[in-house]
Amino acid sequence: MASAIDLDDVAHTEREARARYVRRALVCTSTACLAAGAAVVRERLTAVIGEHDEVGIVPTGCPGLCSRGPLVQVEARGEEPTVYTHVDEAGATAIGRDHLGDGTPASDVATVPADLPFFSRQQRVVLATAGRIDPDRLEDYVAEGGYAALATALTTMTPAEVVDAITRSGLRGRGGAGYPAGRKWGMLAEATGDTKYVVANGDEGDPGAYMDRTIMDSDPHRVIEGLTIAAYATGATKGYLYVRAEYPLAIERLERAIRAAKRARLLGRSVLDSGVSFDLEVRVGAGAFVCGEETALMASIEGRRGLPTLRPPYPTERGLWGQPTMIHNVETLANVPAIIARGPEWFAGLGTETSHGTKVFALAGSLNDTGLIEVPMGITLREIVFDMAGGIPEGRRFKAAQTGGPSGGCIPARFLDTPVDYEHLQDLGSMMGSGGLVVMDDTVSMPEVARFYVAFCRDESCGKCAPCRVGTEKMHAFLDRICEGVGRPRDLAHLESLCRTVRATSLCGLGQSAPNPVFSTLEHFRDEYLDLLVEEDVEPTREEVPGEPA
Amino acid sequence: MPTDPQSPHPSGDERFGLLDGTLRRARHEQDQLIEILHAAQEIFGYLSDDVLLYVARALRLPRARVYGVATFYHLFSREPLGEHSCSVCTGTACFVKGADAIVEALQREYGILAGQTTEDGRFTLSTARCLGSCGLAPVGVIDGEVRGHLDVEEARQLVAAALEHDDVPAEVS
Repeated sequence: MASAIDLDDVAHTEREARARYVRRALVCTSTACLAAGAAVVRERLTAVIGEHDEVGIVPTGCPGLCSRGPLVQVEARGEEPTVYTHVDEAGATAIGRDHLGDGTPASDVATVPADLPFFSRQQRVVLATAGRIDPDRLEDYVAEGGYAALATALTTMTPAEVVDAITRSGLRGRGGAGYPAGRKWGMLAEATGDTKYVVANGDEGDPGAYMDRTIMDSDPHRVIEGLTIAAYATGATKGYLYVRAEYPLAIERLERAIRAAKRARLLGRSVLDSGVSFDLEVRVGAGAFVCGEETALMASIEGRRGLPTLRPPYPTERGLWGQPTMIHNVETLANVPAIIARGPEWFAGLGTETSHGTKVFALAGSLNDTGLIEVPMGITLREIVFDMAGGIPEGRRFKAAQTGGPSGGCIPARFLDTPVDYEHLQDLGSMMGSGGLVVMDDTVSMPEVARFYVAFCRDESCGKCAPCRVGTEKMHAFLDRICEGVGRPRDLAHLESLCRTVRATSLCGLGQSAPNPVFSTLEHFRDEYLDLLVEEDVEPTREEVPGEPA
Repeated sequence: MPTDPQSPHPSGDERFGLLDGTLRRARHEQDQLIEILHAAQEIFGYLSDDVLLYVARALRLPRARVYGVATFYHLFSREPLGEHSCSVCTGTACFVKGADAIVEALQREYGILAGQTTEDGRFTLSTARCLGSCGLAPVGVIDGEVRGHLDVEEARQLVAAALEHDDVPAEVS
């Protein structure tokens, strides 16, 4: 058996190697920048610099400002870092020649001001090293203190102490409902079974959400470390990273990271010579939103149709192959290394009274800047939308922010000053969900938005239970009539009553929350529905259900 | 079951030899069914009845179970796809930025609905539920390449260019 990695030694060597560089260019090679042409930028920079002892070119994960990609950050000794934006081939040549070559900033390439609120207002815990390291190099993560938390847990803490630390930190699930993580860990630790499992849920299906994708493709080792600490604390010996197939880059990087971690004996038999073993494997989905629901996810890992089952029993009692299993969202697990390394009290001090820590949000829609941010819980929506993302483009007016995807709701302008945490969003009829935040301007029709989400849930309903399978179909038909201008008041009444039934009687979270976008748009924008209705005694112009093929 | 990877596959179709390799690497484990179907689709382009039967026998699973999984997940196709493809993202951010107009324009232009392939087998139009690149909305994937900030005109031109691109018939992958 190969010997385990000496973390201090690797970190030291890596830092020394970095210190030899006078200047370094960090080129974002995450999904969005690659789509915008980052591969060409990297090739160009490499070609201009050639073999150079004092200049390094590092492919990194995502710094977050996706709307201005491809991004190149230049770090030089004794200088504030410069962030170049919209870098194309010519821009890359200029950066390579001027800034990397002789240290004078490339004048013709756009940059962001050093104090751009998009960056300066962030508090990065989960994303601490995303966009700063090469996700394909274990040494890069180790140099930033990676895997030190795992070593600390294995050598200085008992499993019960790790569970206790997570409990005291107040960490709550980042995937939706916000269940206390420590309680879940405690339940798995106490459960008995032949094999216990821990699973990272990377089936980020909410349209408009890409936090987990970014964490996985920009800092895969952080997720692996979090999951391994969870395994040690709970006595699990086998883990799965379940990732949706739509994220090929994340899958590739996670698989490479697992191989590297196994070689370094950070995974596998006797992790870091502790005698504790943990085996980890990636499982790829195949395009089914319902697999984000934990019982459906487990069915999919077992190679079956992703059909949810009733809870209880909860996975911590009966999960994968009938054994105790704990499932956490990727972002939740990515918080774990920092909690162990910096202590639960530090983490509990971030955020608000009931929602500790930070939250990663994926900003999309009508905003001047879109991308990924990490902010302390309790920040207001106004700060995010107007200060950090630069407001609404083209002089349009903010109309609503949609959070929580198809299970969430729309928050209108008058609640812009509400603090963003689990409780406040729930009070507004929305939810934290996973953290997708889509901003809509005054050109967007809210009944259309509801129809969009209901169509999504209708398509993604697994078909197991009738309220969801039939209900979402009928909800969509009513919304179709209303949106096409042939709906009558009784259609709206039927829609509302049907929504209540679907919410109350569906088997899993998909069906139970499918009516949320309708409820929330009705609560805040009922007038828009009423404006579309025709009177009961007016004969509609079209009798057939609109939207059906003729 | 064939054991020697060097000998020609008894079916005469070497692609089954590749599939055998995948099955061996998965140690014929039944819970790897989804991974194996992904690989099979990669090898054959789609999942035909023959392929599903072959996988069912190799994994000793009921045929209904394999068929059930192949038809449950959106990414598995039971029909051959076109030589060229365009998948338009219809996630929330792309929806807000007008993705449906792009889908409609392409539907009209090629006389097919999203999810269909033109009769000559040249072009498949599909929609995707969020590719996680919302910062670039609206997004489309044309022949495997992600393109951001699309509008109707640009999408039409990109698809037309992709279709024009090969006078040489595309190799069967």
